[in-house]
Amino acid sequence: MNLIDIAALHDIPREGARVVRTAQGCVAIFRTATDQVFALDDRCPHKGGPLSEGIVHGTSVTCPLHNWVFDMATGEAQGADEGRVATYAVQVKNGRILLDAAFLSRRAA
Amino acid sequence: MTKNLVVIGAGMASGRMLEHLFEAAPGAYTVTLFNAEPRGNYNRLMLSPVLSGEKTYEQIVTHDEAWYQAQGVTTRFGEAVTAIDREAQVVHGRNGAVPYDALVIATGSAPFIIPVPGHKLPGVVSYRDLEDTNAMIAASRPGAKAVVIGGGLLGLEAAAGMAARGAEVTVIHLIGHLMERQLDPAAGYLLQKDLEKRGIRIHCKGATKAILGEDRVEAVLLEDGTVYPADLVCMAVGIRPETRLANDAGLEVARGITVNDQLQTSDPAIYALGECTEHDGQLFGLVAPLYDQAKVLAATLAGQESAFKPVQTATKLKVTGCDLFSAGDFADAPGREDIVFRDPGRGIYKRLILEGERLIGAVMYGDTADGAWFFDKIRSGADVTADRDTLIFGPAFAGGAQADPLAAVAALPPEAEICGCNGVCKGQITRAIEGGATTLDAVRGLTKASASCGTCTGLVEQVMALTLGDGFAANANPPMCKCTNHTHEDVRRLIKSMGLKSIPAVMQELGWRSTGGCASCRPALNYYLLADWPLDYRDDRQSRFVNERNHANIQKDGTYSVVPRMWGGVTTPAELRAIADAADRYNVPMVKVTGGQRIDLLGVRKEDLPAIWSDLNEAGMVSGHAYAKGLRTVKTCVGQQFCRFGTQDSTGLGIRLEKLLWGSWTPAKVKLGVSGCPRNCAEATCKDIGIVCVDSGFQISVAGAAGMDVRETVPLLTVATEDEVCEVTAAFVQLYRENARYLHRIYKWVDKVGLDWCREQVADPATRAALYDRFMLSQSVYQADPWADHAARPAEWSPVADLTLRAAE
Ligand code: SRM
Ligand SMILES: Cc1cc2nc3c(=O)[nH]c(=O)nc-3n(C[C@H](O)[C@H](O)[C@H](O)COP(=O)(O)OP(=O)(O)OC[C@H]3O[C@@H](n4cnc5c(N)ncnc54)[C@H](O)[C@@H]3O)c2cc1C
Ligand code: SF4
Ligand code: FES
Repeated sequence: MNLIDIAALHDIPREGARVVRTAQGCVAIFRTATDQVFALDDRCPHKGGPLSEGIVHGTSVTCPLHNWVFDMATGEAQGADEGRVATYAVQVKNGRILLDAAFLSRRAA
Repeated sequence: MTKNLVVIGAGMASGRMLEHLFEAAPGAYTVTLFNAEPRGNYNRLMLSPVLSGEKTYEQIVTHDEAWYQAQGVTTRFGEAVTAIDREAQVVHGRNGAVPYDALVIATGSAPFIIPVPGHKLPGVVSYRDLEDTNAMIAASRPGAKAVVIGGGLLGLEAAAGMAARGAEVTVIHLIGHLMERQLDPAAGYLLQKDLEKRGIRIHCKGATKAILGEDRVEAVLLEDGTVYPADLVCMAVGIRPETRLANDAGLEVARGITVNDQLQTSDPAIYALGECTEHDGQLFGLVAPLYDQAKVLAATLAGQESAFKPVQTATKLKVTGCDLFSAGDFADAPGREDIVFRDPGRGIYKRLILEGERLIGAVMYGDTADGAWFFDKIRSGADVTADRDTLIFGPAFAGGAQADPLAAVAALPPEAEICGCNGVCKGQITRAIEGGATTLDAVRGLTKASASCGTCTGLVEQVMALTLGDGFAANANPPMCKCTNHTHEDVRRLIKSMGLKSIPAVMQELGWRSTGGCASCRPALNYYLLADWPLDYRDDRQSRFVNERNHANIQKDGTYSVVPRMWGGVTTPAELRAIADAADRYNVPMVKVTGGQRIDLLGVRKEDLPAIWSDLNEAGMVSGHAYAKGLRTVKTCVGQQFCRFGTQDSTGLGIRLEKLLWGSWTPAKVKLGVSGCPRNCAEATCKDIGIVCVDSGFQISVAGAAGMDVRETVPLLTVATEDEVCEVTAAFVQLYRENARYLHRIYKWVDKVGLDWCREQVADPATRAALYDRFMLSQSVYQADPWADHAARPAEWSPVADLTLRAAE
């Protein structure tokens, strides 16, 4: 684990998201109504829609472009659609969001 | 030889620890007990019943003078320890020093005080000890006004206690729902409802700006400008570990005093216990884990082996009549599933959180009888997959109560209005059915219910199903989405007749099957609520589709398009210059004239939106709402002013209509056209509302479209003056706003309710005026430029963090 302090939990609206910019593209950090936090690639496998702009409901997010629904925990598309978004380990400690940024070096290498 | 044990703080944790110690190792220690409060240990949890008058202080004392004497404890009550000298192994108090062989710090926590102006005024209290409690009791004379800041466990117990004594209590809470750390929005809503029933006013999303008063508190001022008069203010916004002594003594302190599994601090002769500690990164605010600590520390001091393992804790609120239960931890771990049960009729909500085959959390409201059973499953980590389907019904499951789709309608009182058009309430319908009307037509004939616009047909059928039982086959209209059995129309009517004013309220009272709805129902509910309760409801941005949330149209590559309003399609050189400048400044890849007579700046980056908006604002332009389920454009032709055929000032009228209607949210987009003569150059007759000017006045026609369906408008009314055009148009839009289902354009809605019914409403002067007034009331809230609002907070539009440089490392 290579935990990086990204932001305060309250920087992200409940049932909303903010993005983290990385050299490999944006990662969307989601916060649910009950303060669970998830990190997913901000790119829909369908046509690249920014998932961070989707509506968050329960632990799912609906893509803003063509309404595919993803389980934020697994990154799997739900229902009839097939596809998967990469997910990243993220945790909240003392009100701060910590993202496991191991993927940065892995992908860069 | 007995050793000297000094204990700082005679609270709940140290009290329990001493009991265990005297049992495990009688006579091993000579104990000196300091307490800042001028008394020994009492049950702090029970301060709430003391406040509400259900108990007296004497009843909650746990250790009295006789007990301390019997155990040979030297008590130094009313004396705060001021310093610890680790070198000399001595603690200092006002009345002299005491040496120790072992020292226990059990100083609990200190209430957090928000340092707003006025926080030091007399009459501002916290809620921690008997002094605070007595201050609140003294201030709670019937009719006195109290404000509690903080809607968590403590704040609500304080509020309920003072209310029970007759005070008028207001609770101000920063977050959108009460007790957000223990409850989800649905349970928070039910709790709020119960507290409001006992006269406590709850103000959520309220940030305190200042406490006002000359010599003592007089009122509380919020950021939004609200002022609540107050004779007493109780601040209950949180606690933080009381670590000052440990800090001064140079012990290791994180947020709390750092302790190991034996409750030992960084100094082996010093232990810490209770809320002042931090164990493995965790703080404590409830008593159950502290009692475990007490057991472990007593054993350690008695020379036995023991280790502290924090257990899960469950929360209950000690307010009689508010049954809530919350246990487990539903934050920060992926891979979870929910099971939800709601019984709107009885005000019950239960939600279980599963991870794999284990139950890891539970939130319940209204019926918490199974709380202990679920809590046990959470703690044991048992595999629950076998009982998954019936788990939510608890241990007494036998066949299982299924959530009843008719429950919401069953719970309506007889005077609840079902048919808005004809003012028919549930009781009248029930009586008609009992009087022999067994078909929808018969009920319509007798009561007129659902005989007009027809949107309440589903509800009338549900009342029939409830009254007639199985014999009745209810409507085949599909439900709104998979979260509910209700149709859009039913939900709209029930929001009104049940007075539901928030998304959690709708989901609870109408028995939603999911916790947070879905991307289909949430935007619809948000619209219905803001259309029906313009003054009470606040728009929920997170329930909006991307374009409306960001006030711009998202493009296929994630950039946005920006369309400023161009009233009636008329612009000026200055506006065009400002648009050109903005296009240059933000490298806009395409500038295009739209089909709606205005200019589209396409391909703007999200983080540039606030800046481009404020530039356009500065030039006097506002959002064109090209993204909104709301008023889009009013297309006009040149008209009388220049055109040789023009009969009226169609351009001026178009601008007037656009200025009247802009900013209003509607079920789907609304477009208008105003043509100066029947040659119809503004294509008015394929718009949602079209006005064609003629010599004698104005022909208003409605329900056109030119998108996926192409429709010609149908005549609504012909009127003589521009004023009448404005009144009829606004009234018609309001009729649409109040009755249509979300995402239905005007033509779809008119197909359902019939043009004749619409015409009757707007032709009748009294109905028209009432619709117009309700429209204007809503405009008083919603006719505001969203760009100006968001441009003021640019930081929210950029990434929260930038790790692009990290990768290079
Ligand atoms: C910009 C514009 C096209 C243009 O370059 O001229 C446009 C662009 C879009 N239209 Fe349109 N429509 C535009 C005029 C029209 C017109 C012509 C008109 O208004 O006179 C129509 C037909 C008239 C009508 O609405 O009945 C039109 C019928 C639609 C429809 C079909 C609506 C329907 O009920 O059938 C959609 C889809 C929808 O709304 O669900 C749509 C949706 C869209 C969206 C918002 C698609 C989307 O969701 O991303 C496009 C946004 C592009 C963007 O990023 O800006 N657009 N669209 C026009 C903006 C007008 C304005 O100033 O606001
Ligand atoms: C109104 C109220 C209701 C509550 N309800 C519940 C509930 O329902 N369930 C639940 O689990 N928990 C509840 N709690 C929390 C619970 O009371 C605490 O978790 C518990 O009391 C903490 O025990 P403690 O021994 O760590 O601290 P405390 O009980 O606070 O004792 C610390 C003592 O140390 C003294 N002290 C501090 N500094 C010094 C010093 N320098 N010198 C000498 N003495 C000092 C203080 O005066 C205090 O008496 C409630 C708390 C309050 C205030
Ligand atoms: S017709 Fe409208 S929705 Fe279709 S591509 Fe053109 S702008 Fe987009
Ligand atoms: S890009 Fe996400 S659904 Fe099409």
